[in-house]
Amino acid sequence: MLLIPCPWCGARDETEFRYGGQAHLAYPTDPEMLSDAAWAEFLFMRDNPKGRWAERWVHAAGCRRWFNAIRDTATHRVIATYRQGEAPPL
Amino acid sequence: MTGLRLETGGTWIDRSRPIRFTFDGREVDGFAGDTVTSALLASGERAGFVSPLQGRSRGVMTAGVEEPNAFVEISAPWFEPIRPATMVTLVDGLVVQSRPGVGVLPESSVVARPARHGHRHVEVLVIGAGAAGRAAATEAAARGGRVLLVDEHHMVLEPPTGVTTWANTTASGIYDDGYVLCYQRDGALDVIHHVRADKVVLAAGAHERPLAFVDNDRPGVMLAAAARAYLERFGVLVGHHVVVFSTNHAGHETAEALAAVGATVTVIDPSPRGGRATDRLQAAGIEVHGNAQVVATNGAPALREVTILEADGHRSTVSADVLAVSGGWNPAVQLARGIGVGLAYDEAKACFVHDGTGPSWLQVVGAAAGDVPAAYPIWVIDDGDDARKYVEPQRDQTVADVAYAVAGGLTSAEHVKRATYIGTTIDQGRTSGVLTAEVVNRLLGWAPGAQGPTNARPPYTPIPFSALAGVDSGSILLDPIRVTPIHDWHDEHGAVYENVGQWKRPRYFPRAGEDMHAAVARECRAVRTEVGLLDASTLGKIDVCGPDSGVFLDRMYTNRMSNLSVGSIRYGLMLGLDGMVFDDGVAMRLAEDRYIVTTTTGGAAPVLDRFEEWLQTEWTDLQVYCTSVTEQWSVVAVGGPKAREVIAAAGTDIDLDDEAFAFMRLRSGTVAGVPVRMCRISFTGELSYELHVSPWQAQHVWESVMAAGEPFGITPYGTEAMHVLRAEKGYVIVGQETDGTQTPEDLGMAWIVNPGKGDFVGKRSLVRSDNLREGRKQLVGLLAEDPAFVLPEGTQIIETAEIPDTPVHMLGWITSSYPSGAMGRSIALALVEGGHARRGATVFAAAGDRTIACTVTNSIFYDPEGAKRDG
Repeated sequence: MLLIPCPWCGARDETEFRYGGQAHLAYPTDPEMLSDAAWAEFLFMRDNPKGRWAERWVHAAGCRRWFNAIRDTATHRVIATYRQGEAPPL
Repeated sequence: MTGLRLETGGTWIDRSRPIRFTFDGREVDGFAGDTVTSALLASGERAGFVSPLQGRSRGVMTAGVEEPNAFVEISAPWFEPIRPATMVTLVDGLVVQSRPGVGVLPESSVVARPARHGHRHVEVLVIGAGAAGRAAATEAAARGGRVLLVDEHHMVLEPPTGVTTWANTTASGIYDDGYVLCYQRDGALDVIHHVRADKVVLAAGAHERPLAFVDNDRPGVMLAAAARAYLERFGVLVGHHVVVFSTNHAGHETAEALAAVGATVTVIDPSPRGGRATDRLQAAGIEVHGNAQVVATNGAPALREVTILEADGHRSTVSADVLAVSGGWNPAVQLARGIGVGLAYDEAKACFVHDGTGPSWLQVVGAAAGDVPAAYPIWVIDDGDDARKYVEPQRDQTVADVAYAVAGGLTSAEHVKRATYIGTTIDQGRTSGVLTAEVVNRLLGWAPGAQGPTNARPPYTPIPFSALAGVDSGSILLDPIRVTPIHDWHDEHGAVYENVGQWKRPRYFPRAGEDMHAAVARECRAVRTEVGLLDASTLGKIDVCGPDSGVFLDRMYTNRMSNLSVGSIRYGLMLGLDGMVFDDGVAMRLAEDRYIVTTTTGGAAPVLDRFEEWLQTEWTDLQVYCTSVTEQWSVVAVGGPKAREVIAAAGTDIDLDDEAFAFMRLRSGTVAGVPVRMCRISFTGELSYELHVSPWQAQHVWESVMAAGEPFGITPYGTEAMHVLRAEKGYVIVGQETDGTQTPEDLGMAWIVNPGKGDFVGKRSLVRSDNLREGRKQLVGLLAEDPAFVLPEGTQIIETAEIPDTPVHMLGWITSSYPSGAMGRSIALALVEGGHARRGATVFAAAGDRTIACTVTNSIFYDPEGAKRDG
C-alpha cells in the first residue's frame, strides 16, 4: 500500500485516495471543432509509459482535493506530488 | 522426565513449569516453552504423523514454519483446523490431533479465535530476532526513534533494550513504502498489526534444505538444524545414534554439538574433497565418511539404519535412530520478493541470494542476505529409485513426479509447481522450492542455478480468515447500514426492506395474509385512486451555491439550469464524457446563487465526486461550492388524487391551489407545525408533494400526514410499488433501464438535450458516429400477447417465434417488467435494437424454451397526456 504525500494533508495511506488517470490532459476549449478521431483521441487514448509519468489522485477520504503526482510505473514509487494548477516539479 | 530430554539445557523451556497436554488422545508431558514437537520428541515419539496422499508414516522434520510433515488440529483451549506442530506452544489444557497436511472444519460451527487489528508507526521495523536482527535493532535504537522487532517464534532471547519486541509475530507481507502486515498470536487472541516503517530490516535467517535420496521421508530423517534446535532450545537429544549427512560446515557443527552431549555420531560428506574438518570431527569421536552419500534408509515405523555408498562403490550400513540432513541453506528472502527484490545464484553457497536490488527503505541482513555457509552443490542422490526420493513430502511428490512433468514438456519451475502442486503447501515450499528448481535444471541438463525457485507471495505463513476479518464478523459487517429517520416507524409497521446501496428502504408494507404481489397491488391502487405515502429520504441531495452555480449546472446537465426561476424545479439528465447517461435528478433553485440538486439514491456520492472533479481540475475559475445534504433533509412524498386534501388536513400555511403552487415549483412554509420545503414533483404521474424536512422532525411529519390522511385512505408504500408506478409512466431508473451504454436519444429523451446552450459534459460524444448509427438499442414498451404473463426481467428479445440455431441474434432485453393494476395487464420496458422504429411491430421474448410474442409500444403506458399530475 503506497504512502502518498497529499499536498494538503501530508503522507497518508493509499486507501484514503482514489486514482484519476493521466494528468495534464486539458479539456478541449471547443470540442465541437474536433473531428471524431481527435475527440476519440482525447476521450479514450492515454499514455502508458514505463518510468516516470504524471497522474491524478484525489484524497477522497481526507481533504477531498484533487492533486497530481509523479510516479515511476516501473518501481511503483511516488516521486513527487503537487497541487492542482502547479507545474510538475520534475 | 523420561525419554530423550537431557538433564540440563534448553534455553526456551522452564523446567519448573511442567505442562501436560493431549496428543491423539494420549497424555504427553512437557514444560512451559515447549512446542508440541519438542515435547513429542522428548517423550520418545519418533513418527506420529502420516502423509496426506500416500499415507506414509512421517515424523518431525524441522523446528519451524518450514515443517512439511507434523501438523495438528487444535481442539482446546480454542479451535484451529490446522497448524504446524512445530509452531504450537504448550498451554494448559492443550488438546491436539495429528492431521495429514489438510485441515478439516467440524460440521458443527466452531468459535473462531477472537481477533482485532491495530496500527503502528515506527522508524525501524526489524523482522527476525536472530543474532543479525537483534544487532540491527540495537543499532537502530542507539540512533533513536521507535524500533519494533518481531519474531515468529514464541521466544526471543535477550531482547535488545530500547526496542519494542514482539514474539509470536510473523511479518506476513512487505508492501509499498514500508507497509508491513504482521500477524501476532497473543495467547488466545489474534492480532493483525498494520505497521508503517520508515525503514524495514529483513533478518529472517535461512532455511536448511533437504537432499533427495531413497526413502528420505522416513520418520527419523530430519534437518540437521532441527536436531540442533531441539537440543539447544529444548534440551532434547533427538537420537542416541545419529548419522549427519551434510554438504556444509553448519551440518558438521551440528554433528559436534550432538556428539558433545553423548550421541554416537557418523558424518557423511558428499564433497569429493572429503570432509575438510575430518581431523576435528574425529577428535570429537565422530566417524567421518568423505566423498560418500546416503543412498537408502531402513526401519519401521521409524529409522533403524542408513545405507552409505562410498566413492569406490562400497556399500555399508550404519545403525541410526536419526538421520540429520543438511543439503545447504536457502536465505529466507521470500518476504522481500514481492517488493521487487531480485535473486542471483551463488555457486559457492549453492543457493540463491539477494542481488542487491529493491527499494531503498528495505535492508536485508544476516543469513537472509546470503551470509550462509558454503555448500557442496548436490541436490539429488543418483543411486536408487527416483519414485522414492521425496522432494515435497507435504504433497507426496518425488523426483520421479518432477521428471514426469518435465517429460511432459514443462521447463519452468513455475509450471512444474502447478503440475505437481509442489510448493502449494502450508509451508509454501520452504524446503521444496529450491530443491525442485534444481531437479528441473538437472533433468534439462542445465547448470545449477539456471533457474531459481518459484516466486513467493504473501502471506509468508497462513493467516486465519477470522484474523483478517477482525471484529468485522458476525452481525457487524464492514459495510455500514444506513436507515432513514423514519425507520423505526417502518419497523413497527411491518416493512419488508430492500437494500439500495447501503440504505435499507421499505420495499412494501404487507398486511396480514398478503404476499408481496398482493401488497404491491394494493399500494399501487391506493396511489392511483386515493393517496400514498413514500419515504424518499434516501434521495441524494447536493447543495450547490456560489455566483457561478447556474453556469456550472448548465455544463453538468444536458439542459439549461441557469434560466430556472427562483422557486422552480427542473428535471435534468447528466452524461459521462462519452455521452452515456450517468445520473438523473432535479435541480431546485432556492436563490439566485443557490440550488439543491437531487440524485438517484446510489448516485449521491458519485455525482458529488464528479462535481468536485470538474470544479477542481477544469473549471477552477468558477465560484461554486458543493455540499452533500442528503442526510440533512428527509423527504416525505405524498402522492395521489387526494394528496392536496391530505396536506391541507395535516395543516399548512402554504397555498396549495394549483394556480398559486403549480407543478415543478417549490414553496417554503410549515406542515403540521414544523418548517418544510414543499416541492411539486411526481415520480408516479399523480398529483404529488414532496415534503423536505429536518430529519429530527421527519417522523413527526410522517405520522401527522398518516393521521390526517386516514379518512382519505392514505397508504404507506415502498420501493416496489414506486417501481411499478414509475414504469407505468415510462420513467427510467438510471441503472435499471441503463447500463452505461445508453444516450438520451436511446432512452427516447432527446427532448431533454439542449444543444443550443453551449458545451456540456458529453455533448460532443452525442454526435460521434457510433452514437448516431441506425440499430442502436432503444427504450420501448413491450406488451406480451398474454396480458396475464409477466415477462421475466433480463429476458432476451429475438426476431422470430422459433428460436433459431445458434448463434442467435439478440435484439435486446427486458429492463423492467411488472403486473400493472392501472393498465389491467402486464407491462414491460425493454431496450431493443432500432426499437423506436419498431413501434407496433411484434418481437419475441425468449423465456426458457419457448418464445412469447410481444407488441412494441411507446414506453409511456399510463396517462400519456399527463392529465393526472395536477390532481
